[in-house]
Amino acid sequence: MVTAVSMVPTRVEAAWQALSSVEDPELPALSIVDLGIVRSVAVESDNALNIALTPTYSGCPATEVIHVSVMRALTAAGLAPFRLHTMLAPAWSSDWISAEGRRKLAAYGIAPPERGSDRPPACPRCASLETDCISEFGSTPCKALHRCRDCLEPFERFKCI
Amino acid sequence: MSAAASYVLRLADLSLVLGQRLGEWIGHAPAIEEDLGLANTALDLIGQARLLLAYAGEIEGRGRSEDDLAFLREQGEFLNPVLAEQPNGDFGQTIVRQVLIDAFQLELYERLATSADARLAAIAAKSVKETRYHFRYSAGWLMRLGDGTEESRARVQSALEKFWPLTVELFAEDDLDRAMAEAGVAPRLDEVRAAWILRIEALLAEATLTRPADRTYSWFGKRGQHSEHLGYMLAEMQHLQRAHPGARW
Repeated sequence: MVTAVSMVPTRVEAAWQALSSVEDPELPALSIVDLGIVRSVAVESDNALNIALTPTYSGCPATEVIHVSVMRALTAAGLAPFRLHTMLAPAWSSDWISAEGRRKLAAYGIAPPERGSDRPPACPRCASLETDCISEFGSTPCKALHRCRDCLEPFERFKCI
Repeated sequence: MSAAASYVLRLADLSLVLGQRLGEWIGHAPAIEEDLGLANTALDLIGQARLLLAYAGEIEGRGRSEDDLAFLREQGEFLNPVLAEQPNGDFGQTIVRQVLIDAFQLELYERLATSADARLAAIAAKSVKETRYHFRYSAGWLMRLGDGTEESRARVQSALEKFWPLTVELFAEDDLDRAMAEAGVAPRLDEVRAAWILRIEALLAEATLTRPADRTYSWFGKRGQHSEHLGYMLAEMQHLQRAHPGARW
């Protein structure tokens, strides 16, 4: 006899699915799950979902927008009641960006962070390694400015922290 | 206010006041990259201040929010060291003020990351990741300006002479600092100073600058005794909340 395997996702799985559709407002190519901002999803004793989110940078203005977007996505998916919880420790690291997130960053034109590499980042347009850092600060707290000496285009790189 | 709340407020006010000062550069920096660099540093510092202010308000337990503490305290209730509130001056003065404080926050946060106070440890561990690149930025500019032209060198050396006495306060341990160190919450300030001075002396040598002579100092911003500059800064920073109490955006 074949046991029927339920194809209905659990509430926690449904929450992860809903959270995967929440875009980072500064990097619309990536979801907050790709960025490693969602730390955990759990059902509490009172049946509320507890979503632990971690801020990327202390001053990142996107943090509040992300909280609002998360509440909207969970409500729209019929997953209420839920609670959002800000988790500071351990501190967010760019190492938490998923492999999928790194691919999306590169496709979007932003060089992904690379831990412990002395190599200059590859130009996201022409893949040349002949690149320089112009400034450690860019248009958002998470990015630095670089330029490619081959195709002569400037590009952004996700900071490694 | 309890000792723990006052201690957290000292840390918060250092970041808040310095962040506000750096924000004054927006639209006025010598180049777009520096405008972004100073603005991003300001944003991180204000973000750190928010985490600390919210925590100080919770410890205090009188229901004051981070905004109440930032916008509705008087000058004498601010507990930042006087160095943080010094006006921006020229770009060289801003960089000297920044490098002295970045190096201090770097050494302090690295030690606070193992504080007996778990919340403070978490905030410090998060902040130090940002302080590392703040220091790389200010130290990079100090080297370029110090080892630059005669003009740039003279300007940063004179800023260094001007701000050096104000660094005494950063490490002057008082009863509050001692109580926090004994409770395992904060590091000993003499230990922080020893690490700071090594870092600063190495940087000054590389920047071909001269370490000024140590002098006595009697300002204590961290006990609420400020220079005339803080009042003007707060008048601007707090204006909106004073004129339109409770306004939100």
